[in-house]
This record gives sequence, structure tokens and C-alpha cells, in this order.
Amino acid sequence: MKLDQKSSKMLAYFTSQMVKISKPGMVWLAIAFVFILGGLYALIVQIIEGHIVTGMRDNVVWGIFIANFIFFIGISYAGALISGILHLLRVEWRTPIIRIAEIITVISTLIGPAYILLCMGRLDRLHHLALFGRIQSPIIWDVLAITTYLIGSIIFLYLASIRDLAALRDYPFKSKWRNKVYKILAVDFNGTPKQNRYLDRSLDIMSAIIIPLAVLVHSVLAWIFGMTLRPGWHSTIFAPYFVIAAVFSGTGVLIIAMWVFRKYYKLESYITKIHFNYLGIILMILGALYAYFTFSEYLTSWYGSETWEMEVLYKLFNPNEYWWWFFFAAIIGVVLPIIVILIPKFRNINSITAVSAIAVLALWVKRYLIIIPTLEAPLLPLQDMRPEYIHYTPTLIEWLLTFAGVALFCMLFFLFSKFLPILPVVKADEGNYAQLRKTAMKRVIKRKVKETEKKESEKIKDL
Amino acid sequence: MSKTVPVAIGAIGGVGLVAQSCKDKGEMVSLLSPDGELVQVEKSSMLPVTPAEARKGIPGKQFVMVIDLARCRNARKCVTKCQKMHDLPPEDEWIKVFLMQDSNDTAPYWFPKPCFHCNQPPCVKVCPVGATYKRTDGLVLIDNERCIGCKFCMTACPYSSRVFQWKEPEETKFADRAYSPETSTPHKVGTVGKCDFCADMARQGKLPDCVTGCPNGVIFFGDKNEDIVSNGTESFRFSELIYDRAGYHFMAELGTQPNVYYLPPVDRLFDYEKGFSTLTDEQKGFYKKSIVKKH
Repeated sequence: MKLDQKSSKMLAYFTSQMVKISKPGMVWLAIAFVFILGGLYALIVQIIEGHIVTGMRDNVVWGIFIANFIFFIGISYAGALISGILHLLRVEWRTPIIRIAEIITVISTLIGPAYILLCMGRLDRLHHLALFGRIQSPIIWDVLAITTYLIGSIIFLYLASIRDLAALRDYPFKSKWRNKVYKILAVDFNGTPKQNRYLDRSLDIMSAIIIPLAVLVHSVLAWIFGMTLRPGWHSTIFAPYFVIAAVFSGTGVLIIAMWVFRKYYKLESYITKIHFNYLGIILMILGALYAYFTFSEYLTSWYGSETWEMEVLYKLFNPNEYWWWFFFAAIIGVVLPIIVILIPKFRNINSITAVSAIAVLALWVKRYLIIIPTLEAPLLPLQDMRPEYIHYTPTLIEWLLTFAGVALFCMLFFLFSKFLPILPVVKADEGNYAQLRKTAMKRVIKRKVKETEKKESEKIKDL
Repeated sequence: MSKTVPVAIGAIGGVGLVAQSCKDKGEMVSLLSPDGELVQVEKSSMLPVTPAEARKGIPGKQFVMVIDLARCRNARKCVTKCQKMHDLPPEDEWIKVFLMQDSNDTAPYWFPKPCFHCNQPPCVKVCPVGATYKRTDGLVLIDNERCIGCKFCMTACPYSSRVFQWKEPEETKFADRAYSPETSTPHKVGTVGKCDFCADMARQGKLPDCVTGCPNGVIFFGDKNEDIVSNGTESFRFSELIYDRAGYHFMAELGTQPNVYYLPPVDRLFDYEKGFSTLTDEQKGFYKKSIVKKH
């Protein structure tokens, strides 16, 4: 495949980075590996001993596993919405960040559902979902939506990588396995005008499909809670609320990932302050929307003063229970990013990344606060002698598995950047494509004009 | 499917058995026949009903329960009898007794609460595999050989009726018994359990154990089609009892249409304070605290 000078320079740089792992990279990989081993240990303990090793009990039947599940599916929005929407809107500056965004989507959609599996009492009966599945159950909606979304995201990532895969196929690597793999994946792509046109068309279609699919996935997720008769869950705004929270956290993770890869691969000339500023502004707008949803949700249930709703609110606003967590999750984690990004004096690459990290953390806590206080406040009074049945505390096993998920996310991300350049190397030739379309249109117009001229001359003849 | 051939072969521990001819040879169990002979029976043939029948329900029946709150003094015999019958550990209660107080000025009362076997069961709606199901006789049962343990039904049930098997059950009593949704035993790790209205007893025309266990005749059980409910010593016309004593549904506003009715705690036989006599000091403090917290 023919590359222009800039692309071949980039390709040479990235391939040199891809075939080696630097010292700090090795250290990070080792740390992630230790956490994953910890998670494996916890997984084995949980399988042998049963769910008794978790902090979950009869009232709080879903714990941080489900919080992690929502969290990971939430950050998958980075690729789906950000790069999907930016792609459809043909936003110029998106090019260096779309690959990062799409990888986030695929990896987090792979890791998220694993937490649902961890929460299942009988993993050995997973096939019952296929044997006895009932479409009435929101869990089946979830299974269908997430698998479709995952497949869609993989296709989207793959289509957006084909140009680079073709370039890598033609690059002389020392180890031949790489060329072999790239050859298979690049499916004879050579950048001919026809191939380019088809690829661009497919990308447009995929990004148009992936956006509603992403909205659907998180709505269905919200409905798992919204469909139950529980205070704090049984709310009509839950689906859009979850969707906004998800895009918010997805943008936050995208900014963090950009910062990390920019530092690690020295991409200062590609990922610039402009990218952080623009994404920061998107984050700020989403934060404001999210704050609006939070406010309207809690104001409504507080003003209505229904007994059960009040019991959940009492837990959230009680300094001895969840108030400080709520304060961090719903106020600090939203207001701080908005202020820092809003005021130009505070706005720089590091500060935007720092507030993104706070926002992402706050959103994890918010997911915890959506699940646990509601389950700790059932409609019937909690008259139980066992403290662990009244108050949920995550156990070491649950934390180990949580950190293992985060570590696995980082590790897969890192390894992926060793397989494909973290920035798209070969630019989609959109200018050329537009030119082609223009000439094609001209041809059509010429033909039409000729046809009408012919008709008119025939009319004149008839006369 | 193998045909069911009802052959009475005996009784062990008061459980009547119906043998079922099975083609495949499974594990054999020794039983004592009424003539005093030891017979070998296949384990799978000890099922009271076939799994398919256990999903359908007893024809022509519409089971209903009435709980007279005026008679309850928290003797907790329903709880312990139920635990014995279903081989539950002391901490797992399928019928619970709550201390309720509707507002600061109203009198506290004891409130026994089994599964309500709703006609619009939220738990059945959300089950992804149909492991919990509604039968024609009104019962909501769980098939623990199908349950995947997602616990969605537990979050969906607004009445906290369901308990989860968090670890391998330590029971031995019914370990040899073949599992049936009607007996709900033996328990299986990682699945959900709850009050089954003693479906196996109902099939034999007997009252559930919480009903017969209660020393004060608080709980009535019967068939809506026959219009009769009984607590073992007294029987009433169901419709008349509900009409005369202002029977009601607990949290009817949730729209779940329970099959358990309550009679309000008026003209009470016991002062509610009496209910504390069965409790330890720690438990007493706990109940009182939970009542205060509500308001």
C-alpha cells in the first residue's frame, strides 16, 4: 500500500515502539499481572467456597460486582458515542484519538459482563439462558443487547483499523508472524479508490448503527433496576440518566488514556492541548447534564416524601451512612470538573486529566450508591440479628476481583498498543473521496443535461 | 417421559411416596414397606410428582392463606416448624415475624409474613430462565435445578420473601431425597429458596406446617374455589371471613395481587408486649430500634 511521507514516518516510529517494551512498561505490566493473579486467587476461592466469601447477603444481593459491571459498560461509551458521533459529524480533530476510544469500548465491553458472571450463583448453568431464556426478563434484554453491542464495536474497531493493518502488512518486521497475522487481517486492502469508498461507506453505516446500540445497552442496563419495585430504582428517568452517566465516564476514561499514551509513547505532537480542551469541554457539558439529572431525580423523590423513598434518601444524606460518599460522587465529582474546565486559567492538559480521573472515580462510587443503599432499605423493616445482613461491606475477595478487572483493562490496552499503532497511521483520504464524489456528481449532471437536451430537440423535431 | 404408576410403597418420616416406573437405572434406596418388608426403590422414583406436574399445579385448586393479626403473639412456632419441615438452618426463615407499627400513634403488632404467592408476581416476571413460575393453583414455586442464581427475583420481590443459598447446605435430613419444586428440598448451593405453601402437603390434602404449628391458630389455609379456610381446629368460609373481618392485602398498592390476606389486629387476644417473651434481650432491643427508626 502506498503511503505518504508523513504516514510512513509515523509508521516507522510506531513499529519501532511496538516491537519492544520499555522498562516502565515492564514495571506496569508486572504490577497489572500481580493484580490479575490476585483476582485469579479470589476467583478460585469464590468458586470453591461459594458466594459466602463475598459481602453479599439476602438483602444486599448485588454488591460491587454489579457496580463494576455498570462502570465498565459505562466507560465503553468512549468509543461508541465519542468516536461514533465525531465520525458522523466529520470532526477534524478526532483522528488521533479515535483508535484509543474504540479500544476502550471493546476491552471494557469484554470485561464488564464478566462481573455479571461473578455475581451468578450457578455459573455451571449459564447455558440455561439459551435453553430456557424468557424474553420477558430484562436480563435477557441485557444479554442480547450487550452481545450485539460487543460484536458491533469489534466490527467498528476492525473497519477503522484496516488501513493501518494493510500498512503494517507491507512493513518489513523482523519477526515474520506479525506480517502473517496482519496479512490475514488486512484482507487484501490496498487503498484503491473503490476499496476506500466501500470502507468509508461501511464506517459511516457502522457508526450510525453503534450509536443507537450504545444508547440501548445502557438503557436496558438501567431497566434492570428501573423495572423493580424498589425505592431509588423504580424511576422513569433511569435509562437516560444511566446513558448520560455512561458518556460522562467514557469521556473521562478517554482523556486519562490519552494522557497516559501521550506520555508513554511521546505523542505530544499528535495529541495536543486542543484535543484535551475539546474533550474537556465535552466532559463539562456532559457533567452539567448529569448534574441536572441527579438533581431532578433526588429532588423529586425528596419532595414527594414517600416513606420508602425517604428511607433511601435518609441513608444517602446521613453523615453516619453514605453522605460523604454521596457528596463526593454527586457533588465534588461533577462540580469540580465543571469549574476547572470552565475557567480558562485552570484549564491545561494535566488539570483536565486530573478532574477526569476524579469524575471517573466519582462515577464508580455513584454506581455503588445506586445499588447498595436501595438494597439496604427494603420495603419491609430490616429486623435481622445478623449485622452483615443489614449493612453491606465488600470483602477482600470482591476487592481483589475488582482490582483485577481494572488491571486486566490496563494490560489488554497496553498489549493492544503493541499490536496496532495507538494512533491511526494511515489517514482516511476524505479530501480525495469528496473529490471523487464531486466528479461523479458532475458526470451525472452532464448526463442528465444531455438527456433533457435530446428530449427537447426531439420535441422540436416533432413540431 | 416415563408413565407415572401410583403404587403406595410405604412411608418414611411421615412422607407418603408415589413410585414412578423409570426406565433408566439410577441410584437405589432401601425403603420399609407397610408389610414390614425392605424394598429397593430407585431414587428418582421417590419424587412425589414429576417435574412437569410440579410446574402445572393441582387441578381445580386455588390456594389462599388468611393471617389473623389479632391472634399473633410472636410465638415463632410457625418459623421453627417451617424450618424443620424444609430443613432450613435457624437463620434462614421462609416465614418471618415482623414487629410493625404503621405510625407513631398507632399500636404495634406482630406480623407473620410468608411468601404472598402473588397473582402478578414481580419475581416470575424478571426470571430469565423461568426457574420461578406461577402455577394454575396459584402457587409460585422455584425449580432449583433450573435456577442460575442471578438473584434478580430477590431484588424484584418487594416483600423480601426470598433467601439465597450462599454456601453448600449443611443439611443431612433430606439429602437422599430426589429434588422437587414442591418439597423445595434438598437445597442447592447458589440458588434461591422461599416459602412454597408446602405444595407437597397440599397435594396430600394436608395443611402447611406453619398453620398446624401455630399454637394460637393465627394462620388459615384453604382453597378459594371451595371457599373454605382452616387453621386445623376452626374452619371458615373464606369469603365470609374476609368480608366480616375486613380482610386486606398488605401493600395492595404495589399491584402484585397477593394470595395471602390479613385480618386487622383488632380486639386482640394478646398484648403485643407479650411477643417479646420469646426473645432475647438483644432481639428485643433490635425490634424496638427498628420500629423507632421507621419514623
